[in-house]
Amino acid sequence: MILVSASPFDPGALLAAFAADHPHAGAAVTFTGMVRSSPDRPINALILECYPELAENEIATLRGRAIERFGLIDAAILHRYGRLVPGEAIMQVMTLAAHRQAAFDGAQFLMDYLKTDAPFWKQEETASGTQWVEANTADDAARDRWAK
Amino acid sequence: MKVLYFAWLRERLNRASDEVTPPDSVRTLDDLVCWLRSNDEALDLAMANPRQFKLSKNARIVPWDTPIDGAETVAILPPMTGG
Repeated sequence: MILVSASPFDPGALLAAFAADHPHAGAAVTFTGMVRSSPDRPINALILECYPELAENEIATLRGRAIERFGLIDAAILHRYGRLVPGEAIMQVMTLAAHRQAAFDGAQFLMDYLKTDAPFWKQEETASGTQWVEANTADDAARDRWAK
Repeated sequence: MKVLYFAWLRERLNRASDEVTPPDSVRTLDDLVCWLRSNDEALDLAMANPRQFKLSKNARIVPWDTPIDGAETVAILPPMTGG
């Protein structure tokens, strides 16, 4: 399953439905990215810009690569765009495999690539205005460790 | 051909897209970016560090040396910050 949407989602309900579809899986890994507002850097909201058609194509390619590389039973990726407030889920990656290592690795691989290769751009809305979030070179390094 | 701009690049240009007809000498996406920059000072300045951008052709991310043949939509994509 791939979903790129402006609508909120329920992380727990999604996992329950996804896992229920695959009773032969022995391991499920879920990562949910949330909007964070820390005391030293409070934000009112996170605004995500997106190129939806490209996002769906690129995420589908990444999902296929993850399933093949790690022998996953299935993988699902959801990513929101639009205006989100602290505590809301931005995105969720779910992997199912026979055993835990493949499920963990597949989820990590998908997360690392989604950070740098899926067309989303974050903007922080604070009391003093809005600023684009800068890309983090550590994210590039995390992705590049999968290159081979 | 439609050229799309996103995020801070869109803001700096003050528009989300252009409709362009490149000359025959423009054969690759790299050529297209060079041609667009030569005709637009704001784009030229915004893309001073060009290799930080990715490019897409018909909603697929492709290398800069991809031929422009068949391109209906090209997007210039600043470094992505999803996830």
